[in-house]
Amino acid sequence: MSGSLAYDVAHLIGGGVLLASFLLLYQRRVAALIGVLAVQGALVALAAAWQGVVRGEAHLFATALIAFAAKGVLVPLLLQRIVARLALDRAVETALPVGASLAAGVALVALSVLVMLPATAGSAGALARVDMVLALSVLLLGVLMMATRRTAIPQVVGLIAVENGLLLGAVGIAGLPLLLELSIAALVLVLVLVAGVFALLMRTRLDSLDVTLLGRHRGEGG
Amino acid sequence: MAGIVAQLLHAALVVAVAPLLLGLARWLKARMLGRAGPPPWQPVLALAKLVRKRPVLAEGSSAVTRVAPYVAVVALFAAALLVPSFARGMALAPLSDLLLIGALLALARAAQVLAGLDAGTAFGGLGAAREASFAALAEPAFLVAVLVIAMLAGGTNLEAASAALQEGSLGLRVSLALVLVALVAVALAENARIPVDNPATHLELTMVHEAMILEASGRHLALWEAAAALKLLVWLSLLLALFAPFGTAGSLLGWPGAALLWAGKLALLVLALSAFENAIAKMRVFRVPEFLGAALLLALVGAVLLFVSGVLA
Repeated sequence: MSGSLAYDVAHLIGGGVLLASFLLLYQRRVAALIGVLAVQGALVALAAAWQGVVRGEAHLFATALIAFAAKGVLVPLLLQRIVARLALDRAVETALPVGASLAAGVALVALSVLVMLPATAGSAGALARVDMVLALSVLLLGVLMMATRRTAIPQVVGLIAVENGLLLGAVGIAGLPLLLELSIAALVLVLVLVAGVFALLMRTRLDSLDVTLLGRHRGEGG
Repeated sequence: MAGIVAQLLHAALVVAVAPLLLGLARWLKARMLGRAGPPPWQPVLALAKLVRKRPVLAEGSSAVTRVAPYVAVVALFAAALLVPSFARGMALAPLSDLLLIGALLALARAAQVLAGLDAGTAFGGLGAAREASFAALAEPAFLVAVLVIAMLAGGTNLEAASAALQEGSLGLRVSLALVLVALVAVALAENARIPVDNPATHLELTMVHEAMILEASGRHLALWEAAAALKLLVWLSLLLALFAPFGTAGSLLGWPGAALLWAGKLALLVLALSAFENAIAKMRVFRVPEFLGAALLLALVGAVLLFVSGVLA
């Protein structure tokens, strides 16, 4: 495997994950949001599998398999069932207009470039740097997603996008132990279950998934 | 000498292929929906019929209505001459600058917007206003995309960029992938295709392109139809020249094969366009600026990522 092509394909898959992050910010319907999340999960799995091919490490294939099963299939299915079961509103409610959050997303990509340039100046080459910038961008866009959406399901989607960014960064680094990956995948599944129960409770107690309503129960605001 | 011959052949191909491409798109869309559809050469027949008819001018329309269709067609034909099709080293290749092509497209659009406003009808003005407001986002998106390509290929000359991309020395680039998405979005908007505009109807209150040429008739309508066909060809060839330049011939012997390959690639693109248009719905007019804004931002992300991938750093 020649070095340049291996890096190019890895970057292209990473670019696909970043594109999916922007699509998450752009989407206004919850069903489509979950679909894009599934695609992003599958792309992250593909990135892990590609690293496995390039480095010839078997455990990366296991990582890819787990990532695909958990984030490409199980988590989206679970989220879809929650949405269907609770008969939730099908539109995404935003705290910041979509256009503005997209612009903020571009600013965050620029920020991760600015952070990564000095951080990797001496040691790593330009090629590894792109990996790190893409992963950090995906992570920050996930955080942005959580910050700018009002209801619980899109916020959970944002959290999983953050985790996708982490995994994208992790597979780019040689020698991530399999155990760590297993525990992260398990954590995400548990997290979605908790989010489901949380949404269910909010639905029954408050009759809404708008998380700003929770402020009252913390003793904030009116 | 070969350059001039190639340029003339290219011009002939452009004239022949442009209306067929539009007809092929309509025919494929109809076939996919289970309708028989008009044959792919229908636009040629329609053009031949319309050219022979005298235009009926709206009361109070000025010289703009009479001149604008010629300006649009000439500008778009000039743009079509500059986008390479099957051969390298055409006579006009040194002029085939991406910024010049963008300016010619903008000139055609300006003519169309003025023609829409000139008759003073409500629909024309509405379409013109929408076209201009979409252009305010589509043009920056195109320019940022050009900027990224220029930074990668070392110049805004389309032929040189296409050759550099064909050679493959640039490799696969994340920035190029993002620029491709942005350019496809801009191309959909520029050609008034679904999801931005519906090219098949006069009945919608949300129409843009058809609203501007609602007053046109006879020869003028033929020119506007020709302009639409040329614009589709320019955009599809532009996408092919940048993102699928393989098979473009450098020497005389390769021309026939390369021309066939070019036609095949165009047909594939039209097939993809038809499938895409049938699969999705038109978006609300108020969403279009968001759609084009997203295209602009994606191109911008492509530019930002160039700073890490070692091109500029």
